[in-house]
Amino acid sequence: MSFWLNIKRVSRAGFIGFLRNGFVSITTVLIMTIVLFVMGSLMTGSAALNSVLSQLQDKVDINVYFLTDAPENQMLELRDLVAELPEVADVQYVTREEALANFRERHKDDQLTIQALEELEDNPLGASLAIHAKETSQYEGIAKFLENETAVGGSFQIIEKINYFQNRVAINKLTSIIDASEKFGFFVTLFLIVVSALIVFNTIRLAIFTTKEEIGVMQLVGASDWYVQGPFIIEGALYGFAGGLLALFLLYPVSLWLGPASQAFLGSFNVLSYYINNIGWLFLSMVGTGVLLGAFSSFMAVRRYLRL
Amino acid sequence: MIYFDKVTKFYNGGMAALDDVTITIEPGEFVSIVGHSGAGKSTLLKMIFAEELPTEGTVYFESNNIAHFRKKDLNALRRKIGTVFQDFRLLPTKTVYENIAFAMEAAGQSNEDIAADVPHVLDLVDLSEKMDSFPRELSGGEQQRVAIARAIVNQPDVVVADEPTGNLDPISTYEIVQILKKINDLGTTVILTTHNKGVIDSLGKRVITMDEGRVVRDDKTGHYVL
Repeated sequence: MSFWLNIKRVSRAGFIGFLRNGFVSITTVLIMTIVLFVMGSLMTGSAALNSVLSQLQDKVDINVYFLTDAPENQMLELRDLVAELPEVADVQYVTREEALANFRERHKDDQLTIQALEELEDNPLGASLAIHAKETSQYEGIAKFLENETAVGGSFQIIEKINYFQNRVAINKLTSIIDASEKFGFFVTLFLIVVSALIVFNTIRLAIFTTKEEIGVMQLVGASDWYVQGPFIIEGALYGFAGGLLALFLLYPVSLWLGPASQAFLGSFNVLSYYINNIGWLFLSMVGTGVLLGAFSSFMAVRRYLRL
Repeated sequence: MIYFDKVTKFYNGGMAALDDVTITIEPGEFVSIVGHSGAGKSTLLKMIFAEELPTEGTVYFESNNIAHFRKKDLNALRRKIGTVFQDFRLLPTKTVYENIAFAMEAAGQSNEDIAADVPHVLDLVDLSEKMDSFPRELSGGEQQRVAIARAIVNQPDVVVADEPTGNLDPISTYEIVQILKKINDLGTTVILTTHNKGVIDSLGKRVITMDEGRVVRDDKTGHYVL
């Protein structure tokens, strides 16, 4: 009974402390709010970055153009072979007829081209494979594989051209841009997390500094260490909880305001729908980080003054 | 019950705050310690509840060496010793009632005991009506009475009072001394330091006089002589 009684007393003392230390509580909560708001924005920002990068990645592919007289079974065999490669996300086989239809569709306003096409008796277009890799850096390997298979002496002599070799520079450039943005994003995030943790830690330390004397008094009265620390840890957790919740609320009008602009600018990514779809995850990470950071900072701060 | 055996204390290598002090305090005694500022009175008291440890020599509480106490034993020891200070040291964010209840909660007392005992000690120090006030709303004398109520609520064996009347007017001083006397009459050992000649002379109890860290006089029914 004694254990639960103590838990109850410690929690109650923590709540009362939070309410009675009005001004200190408000300033601490506001600072936590700012820090957690930055964290929430960072999460949204990195989701936006990821979405833009994967959009770019989707646009990149390798096209293998077959000779017009290539036999279908060989083309399908190559498709299955490529699909089995671990680097390949998906392969799309475009038949000659589909290629022609696509071509007509693309040039439907261009009378001259269509006329020229009609003049021809036969479909001038070959079938093709559109290959998507999982990562842009893997195209090189896939292209190498295709080159080996289709080179003189390889199993497939049906290929007219592989467009990777024309797009190589652009693809490599894109790969390095994606790599750099991911690295940059990671370090910025890391840096901001460290700075935020320090700000919160210091704020709580200052809040507790004013109660240094009290901690000594509690010990003199014979309170055990954890009985002294307990209420402060609860109070710190409450700062984090309130700060996290406030930051989450603040993020809503900002998302509402940025929503249409982000859609227009980033294409597929909408800040508002990200906020709404991921509200649970945002709540967990912002409030959770706040609570843990607040409780841990309080724990460390009080420990310094438990000198008796 | 409390025994100082050749205790010497240096603070950071400076002069001795206590110099070869040997005294015995028996259960139920009322002991006053007098001396100029810096004579070592406060250091002596701090060693009883282990806020300071001796550089040399040993302090015994009920035949146990305090220096060998673990954290848990120290908390238990401090619950057997009520402390009262010149600057009151109340918890500013807790009401009078909660300040006293805190000492009982820390000692693991039940809610029923707390509800019964806190009003009782508040009655003893005549502060029943101020139970829901915060310390800042009380006069110095009233705050000190709260501190005494907190010191005695766990029925300690010893009450240690370090210049409890130092900040108080004569009437409050008189009240505090009367309360301490009452506590002592009920069987609790009281150790008091003071600069107040009138207090010492009116008590007519044992007086230990200190100077430069040494015990220079120890009278059974002493007067204030410096």
